[in-house]
Amino acid sequence: MNSQIHPSVERRPGFLPRSSLQTLFTVLLQTGYKIYGPQVRDGAIQFVYMDDPESLPMGVTNEQQPGHYRLTSGESRRLFDWNHGPQALKPLCFAPREVLWLEGAAPFAFKRTLPEVTQTAVIGVRACDLAALAILDQHFELEMRPDPHYRQRRDSLLLIGVDCAQSASTCFCASTGDGPALDGGYDIGMAELDEGFLIWHQSDKGQAITDQLELRAATDDQLEAMLQATTRAAGQQKRHLPGSEELQQLYKRLEHSHWDQVAERCLACGNCTAVCPTCFCYQVEHEMALSGESAEMVRSWDSCFSPTHSDMGHFQVRNNIKYRYRQWMTHKLAGWQVQQRRIGCTGCGRCIAWCPVGIDLTEEVTAVLEEGSLDV
Amino acid sequence: MFDPHMPHVAVIDRRIQESSTIFTLRLQYDWEVQQAYEFDPGQFNMVTLFGVGEIPISIVNDPLDNHYFDHTIRVVGRVSDGLSKLQPGDRVGIRGPFGRGWPLARMKGKDILLITGGLGCAPLVSVIRFIMRRREYYGRIHILQGVKHSDDLIWREQYDEWAKLRDVHILLAADVVGKGWKGQQGMVTELISQISVRPHRTVALLCGPELMMLTAIANLRDMALADGSIWFSMERNMQCGIGQCGHCQIGPHYVCQDGPVFCYSDLADFLGAKGF
Repeated sequence: MNSQIHPSVERRPGFLPRSSLQTLFTVLLQTGYKIYGPQVRDGAIQFVYMDDPESLPMGVTNEQQPGHYRLTSGESRRLFDWNHGPQALKPLCFAPREVLWLEGAAPFAFKRTLPEVTQTAVIGVRACDLAALAILDQHFELEMRPDPHYRQRRDSLLLIGVDCAQSASTCFCASTGDGPALDGGYDIGMAELDEGFLIWHQSDKGQAITDQLELRAATDDQLEAMLQATTRAAGQQKRHLPGSEELQQLYKRLEHSHWDQVAERCLACGNCTAVCPTCFCYQVEHEMALSGESAEMVRSWDSCFSPTHSDMGHFQVRNNIKYRYRQWMTHKLAGWQVQQRRIGCTGCGRCIAWCPVGIDLTEEVTAVLEEGSLDV
Repeated sequence: MFDPHMPHVAVIDRRIQESSTIFTLRLQYDWEVQQAYEFDPGQFNMVTLFGVGEIPISIVNDPLDNHYFDHTIRVVGRVSDGLSKLQPGDRVGIRGPFGRGWPLARMKGKDILLITGGLGCAPLVSVIRFIMRRREYYGRIHILQGVKHSDDLIWREQYDEWAKLRDVHILLAADVVGKGWKGQQGMVTELISQISVRPHRTVALLCGPELMMLTAIANLRDMALADGSIWFSMERNMQCGIGQCGHCQIGPHYVCQDGPVFCYSDLADFLGAKGF
């Protein structure tokens, strides 16, 4: 896989001094966007509605390890030196719970319910999460046969990405080819420098904003600093995934003894699928109104770690944790290649950090692919 | 016209009790929707019972019978139990049809061997009806049907009528035999050795419990049938019908979209693999 250090999308950035970041917020608000951005909440980076750059996480960095996520505050004035919190863009487009349709009893009829959305600018989006969004776009068939709920939410977003100038220890986007530099899928791109921001647009929607910013010409030194930052971030990454061809061998390793070993540690809690930016499984349920006169068809996130995920009524296809973990990993890293011509992982490392027992996808897959321990 | 995400209302025209736990609902959409409705044998609909839930049910008709469509359903859970209590004039929601049906183009001109086990096996009945109506396009027809108890056999009159057609051979087997049973006692897979198959001219279509299908496939391969000539219908937890909700995946395959009918050569690595 190619490491995404040098973006293939051409950038023509202008410079916005740190003191002028308020202008970006003002233009977005005046154009009619609500701003959804990162803040420190409950000890983690979380995206919330905000209208003032003052509340961005200044000087905050993150320490991420298997089963470990901590924020630290420093003296730096930089706003985007953290990598990410537990959630990516997934909940913004694929709601954790939503009503698909209403059913009326008399007369018996179905009525689609679409979500109410407001035009929202998401600021501080990372390359791994944009790559994951492209995967979800394909899954929910944004081009050909769009899921109406997904499209409604997706179309309401203006995505303002930012290059990662640091990697967390759990990051491995360079090995999946999805980061740390932005490479498409955003409307406006940003790179943070000590003295301010390089800003460029990638879509017409983005240009409508950047045209109003009165950006200064970027200097050669600034452009060089932008490139160096993502090169350095990529160099910090120690974890990596095997290449896609090697990962296809996972289906030949279904009886490997290492699956049993992972199953002894895995709690099947579903944290990994909840924080994964590409996991898309959902369940549907009818919820009847107390009156008995109407009902809602509700879809909500499901997880392949749930016992009911493979429920057939009279038996469960995956009736133990070993099969469920194996399903998750083989689908993510091998099955996805058949379904979407790429792996379903963009190297964000959330499943590693937010796993309560610190199971590390990159370590487990390497163990399963290791020839020596094949137990068949 | 068909929005895969939203059901249309369909009215129950007839209800037939096939056995103590199996019933058939004959359904009709509004005229305009019904006019445009097309399906292939082996495809399925998602059927909604008001306020209770939505389940996948295969369509048992010949596609030419386009003024209505039939769902033959066994009572196994909340939704099917509720559906069994509906009467003519009652309404259900229908989304569909979904999935890939039987390989009609590959079957033309071939001998057809149909093997089905378990109760009913509606997905295979649609293709049997399809074949019988176009009898001249096919060679020798073998139908091997197994049931647990001989009383479980439904569509008896149809079997009798099909048996009268030229070169149609039907063998029935029941694990437990009651009075008046004209078939044999035993497993359906034991019937395979009793027929003579021309392996290079035969397409085999299977439906039933996976263990039964695995045994049948092993027998067919021993008889020199090519993997590409063996097709079967799979069952998995299906909630969306459009390859979205993720439940029905077998390896990289979505049963609801790439199946429910699969060619053995496409699924050989996963059929029978525990956990898939």
